[in-house]
Amino acid sequence: MKVKDILNSEFTLVAGSGGIEKEISNVYVCDLLSFVMSHVKSGSAWITIQTHVNVVAVALMTEISCIIICEGEKLDENAKVKADEENIPVISFSGTSYDAAIRLSELIK
Amino acid sequence: MEFDVKARDFSSAGESSSAFRKTLLMLSVPSDIVRRASIAAYEAEMNIVIHSYGGKMHFEIYSDKIVIIAEDTGPGIKDLELAMTEGYSTAPKEVIEMGFGAGMGLPNMKRNADVMDIVNHDENGTKIVMTINI
Repeated sequence: MKVKDILNSEFTLVAGSGGIEKEISNVYVCDLLSFVMSHVKSGSAWITIQTHVNVVAVALMTEISCIIICEGEKLDENAKVKADEENIPVISFSGTSYDAAIRLSELIK
Repeated sequence: MEFDVKARDFSSAGESSSAFRKTLLMLSVPSDIVRRASIAAYEAEMNIVIHSYGGKMHFEIYSDKIVIIAEDTGPGIKDLELAMTEGYSTAPKEVIEMGFGAGMGLPNMKRNADVMDIVNHDENGTKIVMTINI
């Protein structure tokens, strides 16, 4: 499944449209950046509530397919610029991380 | 390649690791090596941003290995054994709120490098040398 395939009225793209053809092969949920660096598999959709620019850097270093920002949190402006520059799709979701994981699980089935 | 890294400059943190990563990709270094080198470099760069008074990231790329040197001025690492323990962190509260400071930095660097030497870690600063075989 590609990033573009999970976009709908709940999962809305807010940055990094150049990367929507990336494949999603896994889902990972965590807000601790070092934990993500240590455990996430490349090709994952990463669910978090962190919104600052370093989130994009972590996604880039670990080859994450997309970032899903939950609870309706707004992405920082410089993070948006960086995500567009690096083609890292950032998707907004209004519900909790738990809800996002459940919805993704239904979509990925 | 050498880059200056400023203390507490979170908005440009990661730039040297990003540039290094792009160079590795341009040189067609295998993707698993690029990923390991990028993670090791980024953790080292963030350590300089979070814990030091500023420093440098230095990268050397050879046909058979990559060498990453992170050097800073700062308080050094007071207890190396504790710092190498996953979950132990001395990061300040505002850094932890950003999702850093989970106490995984040095263990992550060690896990991703083939060889990691902490050359010095005294009150004059810290120097870490990591080698990743290609």
